[in-house]
Amino acid sequence: MQGVFSGGGSGGSVCMSTVSMEDNVVMSSEDSSSPDEGELELGLGLSLGGATGFKGSGPRGCQQYARILTAKDLPSKVSSSSSSSTTSPSSSTLSRAIATAGTKRTADSVSASNGAASQVVGWPPIRSHRMHIMVNQAKSQVTEEFSSMNKRKNAVEEKVGNKNINTDNTKARTSLFVKVNMDGTLIGRKVDLNAHGCYETLAQALENMFLRTTKTVNMARLSTPEHKIMIDAKRHSQLLGGSSEFVLTYEDKDGDWMLVGDVPWGMFTSSVKRLRIMRTSEATGLGK
Amino acid sequence: MGPNPKMRKEFPDSTRSSPFPDEVLERVLSLLKSHKDRSAVSLVCKDWYNAESWSRAHVFIGNCYSVSPEIVARRFPRVKSVTLKGKPRFSDFNLVPENWGADVHPWLAVFVAKYPFLEELRLKRMAVSDESLEFLALNFPNFKVLSLLSCDGFSTDGLAAIATHCKNLTQLDIQENGIDDKSGSWLSCFPENFTSLEVLNFANLNTDVNFDALERLVSRCKSLNVLKANKSISLEHLQRLLVCAPQLIELGTGSFMPELTARQYAELENSFIQLKNLNTLSGLWEASAPYLPVLYPACTNLTFLNLSYAFLQSLELESLLCHCPHLQRLWVLDTVGDKGLEAVGSNCPLLEELRVFPADPFDEEVIHGVTEAGFLAVSYGCRRLHYVLYFCRQMTNAAVATIVQNCPDFTHFRLCIMNPGQPDYLTNEPMDEAFGAVVRTCTKLQRLSVSGLLTDLTFEYIGQYAKNLETLSVAFAGSSDRGMQCMLEGCPKLRKLEIRDCPFGNAALLSGLEKYESMRSLWMSACNVTMSGCRLLAREMPRLNVEVMKDDGSDESQADKVYVYRSVVGPRRDAPPCVLNLSGL
Repeated sequence: MQGVFSGGGSGGSVCMSTVSMEDNVVMSSEDSSSPDEGELELGLGLSLGGATGFKGSGPRGCQQYARILTAKDLPSKVSSSSSSSTTSPSSSTLSRAIATAGTKRTADSVSASNGAASQVVGWPPIRSHRMHIMVNQAKSQVTEEFSSMNKRKNAVEEKVGNKNINTDNTKARTSLFVKVNMDGTLIGRKVDLNAHGCYETLAQALENMFLRTTKTVNMARLSTPEHKIMIDAKRHSQLLGGSSEFVLTYEDKDGDWMLVGDVPWGMFTSSVKRLRIMRTSEATGLGK
Repeated sequence: MGPNPKMRKEFPDSTRSSPFPDEVLERVLSLLKSHKDRSAVSLVCKDWYNAESWSRAHVFIGNCYSVSPEIVARRFPRVKSVTLKGKPRFSDFNLVPENWGADVHPWLAVFVAKYPFLEELRLKRMAVSDESLEFLALNFPNFKVLSLLSCDGFSTDGLAAIATHCKNLTQLDIQENGIDDKSGSWLSCFPENFTSLEVLNFANLNTDVNFDALERLVSRCKSLNVLKANKSISLEHLQRLLVCAPQLIELGTGSFMPELTARQYAELENSFIQLKNLNTLSGLWEASAPYLPVLYPACTNLTFLNLSYAFLQSLELESLLCHCPHLQRLWVLDTVGDKGLEAVGSNCPLLEELRVFPADPFDEEVIHGVTEAGFLAVSYGCRRLHYVLYFCRQMTNAAVATIVQNCPDFTHFRLCIMNPGQPDYLTNEPMDEAFGAVVRTCTKLQRLSVSGLLTDLTFEYIGQYAKNLETLSVAFAGSSDRGMQCMLEGCPKLRKLEIRDCPFGNAALLSGLEKYESMRSLWMSACNVTMSGCRLLAREMPRLNVEVMKDDGSDESQADKVYVYRSVVGPRRDAPPCVLNLSGL
């Protein structure tokens, strides 16, 4: 189902500020086993022109590629669809507020479909069309609201999505926004995977988003497009400085955390739910 | 397009209050544009009432059910332009069922007889069908301006009918509608000899339009000054459009996805340099840092910048704002963060309106977005700020008090702390003092939306100080009936009151008996009002329509959603089964 409407949450999660357990699970329950030294590592180049390729398990020092962990190194079956039963203080305030306000009925009628007791219809007050634009349409689950208007809008979304995929117009495509978070950065971003046809440009885009400094922005402003490309390449090597501090991982449909780069691009985009740029030190695994 | 024959009413000279012939009075009054002024003028005396009626060319109907099209046509015989609003505002947030009403067709049926030369129709939150659009296109030969905002019930087929048949169309403005977006072929329906278009806004439609048709349309419509394209228009397309229309005053780009060659990038830059008259810029889907500089040359005269579809961060915003010294209105996503808002404060001294939308309203995992710090930073730098819509996850009383001290001229203060019932995060106290400061300091306040943990004290403040308040939105707030009573007993200019999820019951509802006839409407949902309270209201106030909608599975006695509005035509006859009309029982 596509589209999330005001009052609905994405993926059945509560829409108030409850803490999701998913991230903690990933970070804390590290697999203690270390990978095989001779294991195949796919490198995801975070610099322009970096090709995916095989690397031996040599010293990391001079590499410009982000190390990618294989799925074995990460805890499997991270359940992302576990019922959002965790409540934060603010959420219980909400529950109290709702109860006081006599909105139990509203909440119940909405929550029947997903069990989240603190979901509220039409809150925050954001118009539906903004929700469609902002939320990753292909990946969110729709919470069925009481209004049949939403059912029709769902139909519209699906029709639109299908239509775009089938059209001949090469410029037309659906967006496939997924969330990207980087360890140590508070602000998450979204990236449109369908704007990239391969891992290289995706990696570059992510680096633009997360690893840029003011200096590079100014440089970009002053330079011509040709120079920009050269500056970008130089910048990449500066920032990465030869040490792959970060790995790019993604959570797939089943809730597993995988390395980006393992599978063909098309398979990746059809199963990815969100991305995380992890500190290598925090990601388990490959021999130091 | 001849005038209707005039029905002269003869008055004996002794009762004529005006020494002018009617024609002169009409001529003078025709210079009045504001409908509030016109309403005031019409109350002076019968001559002025008549003269005003004859000279009114534009009629504004804030609630389509407050009056009938027949009554409107009888009073205003020479109307060329109609603005109609339908559903309660909370229908934007899915609180109103789809088949609720506000069908435009009964109005068109009367207009075709009484206003055959109708030129402009602006609809907001109305139900509009394809049949109605086709009816409009075929029966009004002078039709020029169509604006549909937050409407639903139609598809792109209806737009095709408009494009095909409206030979004199100058404006087509389709915004934020619940539209069945079947295909973009409607745009190809404008005839090849059609050249009168001045405004074209299809930014919120999703399907692809035929670019060649669009390019030809833009080329031949030499008076086009507003073009807001949708996402299907790529940067390459945009460049070609800009070449055809350097005279644009308002531009909504399509997708800003970076995908150009260096040469194309240079060409695009050039096209933006040619846009000397641009004052409004929007669109910018998927815009990212490397391509934003292409806009800079066109930003010099920009007064309105809508970045609410662009996931920009603080640095990108700052770089862009450096080039917009005359900015008056800015809409952004909260991805820019407090740091981005600091840049706003530093770079936009002329800013009057700021709207900050949440990029991820339901994401609780990561702390992001904007806080009180961003709002404060804007208030220090933008002293002319008078309109704000601010979505945030934390706020303090102290910050709001400082903000309104910096900017005392607020007319519209809409603060949405997204977690319902959240207190001041530093002191853990209710946010009463924040809104107290707002209403005390901002004497010109017309519109207020409150949020956060609020007790009745907030509403005491509002009732006491908000003398110019016209629109008030309240959610998850208040402690008792007293809160609502304060609002109704104070606020002399209150016109629209919308309340959800508050502990206000029958006593509160009934305390406003005297008030509701001076208001446009009252909405109360998920409060503690019962059916018997509503029935009592309906009985006591026969000139109000009292409509109740019940939620599935709710208690029989509960009035889950209540919509009360004044009307001169009594209970509406087109209410669907889910709407209970308690009036006239």
